[in-house]
Amino acid sequence: MSLPADGPREPTSPGPASHGSAVTVRGLVKRYGTTTALDGVDLDVPAASVVALLGPNGAGKTTTVEICTGFRRADAGEVRVLGIDPAGAPDALRARIGVMPQGGGAYPGVRAAEMLRLVATCSAHPLDVDELIEVLGLGSCARTPYKRLSGGQQQRLALACAVVGRPELVFLDEPTAGMDPQARRLVWELVESLRRDGVAVLLTTHLMEEAEALADDVVIVDHGRVVAHGSPAELTTTGDSQELRFRARAGMDVTELAAALPTGYQAAEPAAGRYVVQGRIDPPVLSAVTSWCAAQGALADDVRITRRSLEDVFLDLTGRELRS
Amino acid sequence: MTASAPVPGRFAPGTFSPRPGRGGLGRMLAAQSALELKLALRNGEQVLLTLLIPIVLLVGLTLVGVIDLPEPRVNAVFASVLALAVMSTAFTGQAIAFGFDRRYGVVRRLAATALPRWLLVAGRLVAVLGTVVVQVVVLGLIALALGWRPDGGVATALLLVLLGCAAFGGLGLLLGGTLRAEIVLALANVVWFVLLLGGGIVVPLATLPSGLAAVAALLPSGALAEGLRIALAGADGSLLQPVLVLVAWAVVGGVAAARLVRLT
Ligand SMILES: Nc1ncnc2c1ncn2[C@@H]1O[C@H](COP(=O)(O)OP(=O)(O)OP(=O)(O)O)[C@@H](O)[C@H]1O
Ligand SMILES: [Mg+2]
Repeated sequence: MSLPADGPREPTSPGPASHGSAVTVRGLVKRYGTTTALDGVDLDVPAASVVALLGPNGAGKTTTVEICTGFRRADAGEVRVLGIDPAGAPDALRARIGVMPQGGGAYPGVRAAEMLRLVATCSAHPLDVDELIEVLGLGSCARTPYKRLSGGQQQRLALACAVVGRPELVFLDEPTAGMDPQARRLVWELVESLRRDGVAVLLTTHLMEEAEALADDVVIVDHGRVVAHGSPAELTTTGDSQELRFRARAGMDVTELAAALPTGYQAAEPAAGRYVVQGRIDPPVLSAVTSWCAAQGALADDVRITRRSLEDVFLDLTGRELRS
Repeated sequence: MTASAPVPGRFAPGTFSPRPGRGGLGRMLAAQSALELKLALRNGEQVLLTLLIPIVLLVGLTLVGVIDLPEPRVNAVFASVLALAVMSTAFTGQAIAFGFDRRYGVVRRLAATALPRWLLVAGRLVAVLGTVVVQVVVLGLIALALGWRPDGGVATALLLVLLGCAAFGGLGLLLGGTLRAEIVLALANVVWFVLLLGGGIVVPLATLPSGLAAVAALLPSGALAEGLRIALAGADGSLLQPVLVLVAWAVVGGVAAARLVRLT
């Protein structure tokens, strides 16, 4: 799509560059009765960046988003969204942000374009509604009542509603839940375009792949606590989480190999002729392994460094059992 | 970013450059209430409730003498049917729509925009008034065709209709905004039916058993219908009590709704 519905594009309010941080959350606590949904969450969304809140069902993602958008009050902690306390001035904040609530939301009998047009009217300089409907692939179901749209179509309408007002900051609660691969790619592209145009995005997801592909920073939450945060690369390479695998002549002495490496590295031969070295694999370690093999008169073949996937990090941190 | 190289052109650079700001209040109110009015008139069940049943009763009760009424019958029937129309729209229809709108997350969706909360409620009430205007016009034209002749009571009647909207509207918001959608649907329909027959709407208070009549006179249904019969059909009695009863219900319903309604 090309142009917004009206006029030039210069921001009328302070642009994202004037804020160091779009969202700052410190020590957020939220209890529902005896359940502690959030137990001291810290979170930062720098201006014009994409942050993914990743966590299993019930981790507290939606609760965090709802507090940041002024739909719930925290029991303790500090929240600043675009410099505003969402609990104190939700109306002032909502004129500047876009929200895609989990599960969307529209009149049961409304048509997609009607709903989007109403939401667009709530903003001073909205995008062109018809173009947005087309580009999000909703043109073919433009006359279908909301309650008869498929889950993925409802999600796309919700996404359109979140961005149509040209916000500075967008909250997307599970934007790709229930979408087919084509629709998911479209959403990813949209999120990248938002970042490119200077919009900050906080999104929640269960999909590691999504967090890895989209986010500048990933915050992993579980049981209302942040269990890890960092860029996808940092999260997947920290610690001794890498492995070097290679093939060579069977039966070499792996204790000798380990001794040739800095302390803390482990070497094993899990199957005949297949070797694994665990630890932080950097160039000196790689060269130490290949020279040791050469000294044994063996050629290290099929050498592979595997990075832990974000999914492995996630499962290591949050356990493998199913959540209620 | 690795996984999805953007297809060039789908979102041209600058498409999303921030330019936030709230839309005009008047435009938001107009857009929301116009859309809700359109949805109400497009929904078959709502139209059945707000237009078809009142029309059938207006024509039927005027032409068929199942209930004893003074001549010309159309005057008294028109008064009853106007009261029914207001109850159907402001209470039953609105409660059901609000209940399901909440279920489908629209209230939260709109609250997440720059639309202020008071406007969210105001928009619903304006849509209700719009439906009532349609009803008054349609039913009025049919009543004219059936021989009703407007006189000085029309202005009073319109005032009573407004008061009725306030009384039933607050109660409708209260019902639709506090319970689950299915329960709202069931309760709103039961209350509609009970008040239609026993609440002083089609059966005038004078014809109801005296105990029931005393209760019905204090209900918004009885007060509105009786007031309209006084204004439009020359029924005996003072307008003071119906007006006070409607005002009291409007205050009680409005205050309770403002405190108890959950927007999600
Ligand atoms: N309104 C509520 N009343 C009581 N408990 C609640 C309420 N909302 C959420 N919770 C609880 O708070 C915890 C966090 O819920 P939340 O919805 O924030 O999780 P989530 O990370 O968004 O999960 P999901 O991935 O399933 O959407 C859960 O244990 C949930 O049961
Ligand atoms: Mg959630």
